[in-house]
Amino acid sequence: MTDCRKLRLSLESTLDSIDAAELIVQRLAELNGFNEDQVHQIGMGVRETVANAVKHGNAFNLAKRVSFNAAVDEAAFEVTVTDQGAGFEPEDIADPCEGDNLLRASGRGLLMMKAFFDEVEVGRCAGTGTRVRLVKYCAKGAS
Amino acid sequence: MSLSTEVREYSGVTIVDMTGRITLGEESGQVRDTVRGLLENGATKIVLNLGGVTYIDSSGLGELVSAYTTSRNQGCEIKLLNVQAKVQDLLQITKLHTVFHCLTDETEAVTSF
Repeated sequence: MTDCRKLRLSLESTLDSIDAAELIVQRLAELNGFNEDQVHQIGMGVRETVANAVKHGNAFNLAKRVSFNAAVDEAAFEVTVTDQGAGFEPEDIADPCEGDNLLRASGRGLLMMKAFFDEVEVGRCAGTGTRVRLVKYCAKGAS
Repeated sequence: MSLSTEVREYSGVTIVDMTGRITLGEESGQVRDTVRGLLENGATKIVLNLGGVTYIDSSGLGELVSAYTTSRNQGCEIKLLNVQAKVQDLLQITKLHTVFHCLTDETEAVTSF
């Protein structure tokens, strides 16, 4: 990445952190030339990721933090979010679009991340927790 | 922007006008509490007017699904009105457009039950 802006934050496991992360990435995306739809998608995808870390990963435990790293230039927006929870296996997440899962109240966050970002990697951390890496490419004129 | 809800009656149908965002936290709880209150008061036909809702996250979608299933289990039908473009996109992505009956005209929504 050339002329890359980088941001590293340690977030509390609170609802406010979710709102803050969304606003920050939207502003960063705007400053780096992403269009309105892309800014919206980046905000939503990051919101879902941080919400999962705060709610499911750290279970709103204030003793646990969410590590948030963003790197953005004119070509791509990359975000990595790491929690300190027990971790999970992505393949254990049921397809929320299939059969009776459609009527479940939860389980759509990962689907939305994948819809809004070009690359989504979910893995376990070396110690404990889940690490999610998102990348969105800034194709000019694309949504 | 928080969520505001206003409830009114029109030809035997309960219409909930919603404005703002439906996201994880207080706003999702507000949807749950509003629908629960209507069911307790005997509502059988509910239209959620999302014309003023510009943003819903996965928790908000989950709350709408819960409202739909809870209502259905109690003999009440819920329909959506004036779903905005970005929210409509989410319904497509999650295939929830196959669950919810979405309408764009209030009179049509009221007579569709």
